Amino acid sequence: MPSPDAELRLSARGLRCRRGGRRVFAGLSFELRPGEVLELRGANGSGKTSLLRLLAGLAQPSGGALHWQGRPLLPGDAAYACDMAYLGHLNGVNADLTAAENLHFAQRLAGGAGACADPAAALQAWGLAALAAQPARRLSQGQRRRLALARVWMGRRRLWLLDEPCAALDSAGERLFDTRLAEHLQAGGAAIVATHHALTVPSAHLRRLDLDALAPC
Amino acid sequence: MLIAVFMRELLLALRRPTDALAALLFFVLVCSLFPLAIGPDAALLRAIGPGVVWVSALLAVLISLQRLFEPELADGGLEQWLLSPQPLTALVAAKVAAHWCIACLPLVLAAPLLALQYGLGGETVGLLVAALLLGTPTLVLLGALGAALTLGVRGHVLLALVMLPMSVPPLVFGCAAVSAGQQGLPAGASLSLLGACLALAAFLCPWASAAALRLALE
Repeated sequence: MPSPDAELRLSARGLRCRRGGRRVFAGLSFELRPGEVLELRGANGSGKTSLLRLLAGLAQPSGGALHWQGRPLLPGDAAYACDMAYLGHLNGVNADLTAAENLHFAQRLAGGAGACADPAAALQAWGLAALAAQPARRLSQGQRRRLALARVWMGRRRLWLLDEPCAALDSAGERLFDTRLAEHLQAGGAAIVATHHALTVPSAHLRRLDLDALAPC
Repeated sequence: MLIAVFMRELLLALRRPTDALAALLFFVLVCSLFPLAIGPDAALLRAIGPGVVWVSALLAVLISLQRLFEPELADGGLEQWLLSPQPLTALVAAKVAAHWCIACLPLVLAAPLLALQYGLGGETVGLLVAALLLGTPTLVLLGALGAALTLGVRGHVLLALVMLPMSVPPLVFGCAAVSAGQQGLPAGASLSLLGACLALAAFLCPWASAAALRLALE
């Protein structure tokens, strides 16, 4: 039975991260609600990627607490894995498969057609319909990034964790990303985005987290 | 889901046939070089045949495994596997099964032809194929664990150092089964031990490989 606050909510309290014996950030706190996007800002090496990997569960924080829907987030949380989509620096696109085959496999990996939008619709939504049968190795960097974003979009997850999603995208691609992100927020989703591209999200829904302010002196 | 991973691996092997054929060619070449180097001493060839075929198979499997997880690590696919709601252990098991079909099954099928060069008799060839069918999956499972443990390490020497010591039991039992057959002794015990090795490896290796992959990505 869904609890009263079953709506999406992610909160961090006093999060600490160490990498290779070096303190990356400490005392990081935020709260994210449906329809909101958290924009991560900071210099190179300030821990944007480390934070996103912590939130995706690919690494563990060295201190602090993460809560998802009001309960502590533990490693290997299956319900969270079904609610979250992560896109790192790497696209996760296999160069020997075509664009459509990449998305079809991602659909199976995400749990089949019930959990996912149609791959053809995803290609259409990201302006890749004409390239469906092209091997990914023939796609440009920007087109591969679009394909990776199409995979995130296709999964219909409520929380998007995106690391420099607009890297290699052209200006039309950036506008497309802004449109799809706005639709995602309107549908009650949320996103955490590390980016240097200015997001066109209404300020009421935009939160900013500046990691430079948390960096150790 | 497991079928999807399996079919994807087969499709990728079709798209890059050289990777899949390298192990088979290596196996055929090494097995053919020994009789040429040793000369037409039928008794000696019959005696060393099982050992040479087995060691060649082991090295061919080792070669085929060097790039088992590397492409997925480089393109970020492995990250997505880790984050998917599917259990990573099952995904790894499906990938290893597909790899066995691609890289090892042709090798097992070629073994009877190569055995002719060593003058092994019909029954002995049957034993050799049975032993390889039971032994090569164990080698692939152990090698997958080695590949996961050494993922991200430059150079492939470490994989050999990790995998080869673990491969001694299947190698010993596999050769013993064929040698017993040659001497007219029952080979059942060695084959049973090979089967036991396979059962143990099938139970432990996918799980351990998945744990090693998680560590490699942290």
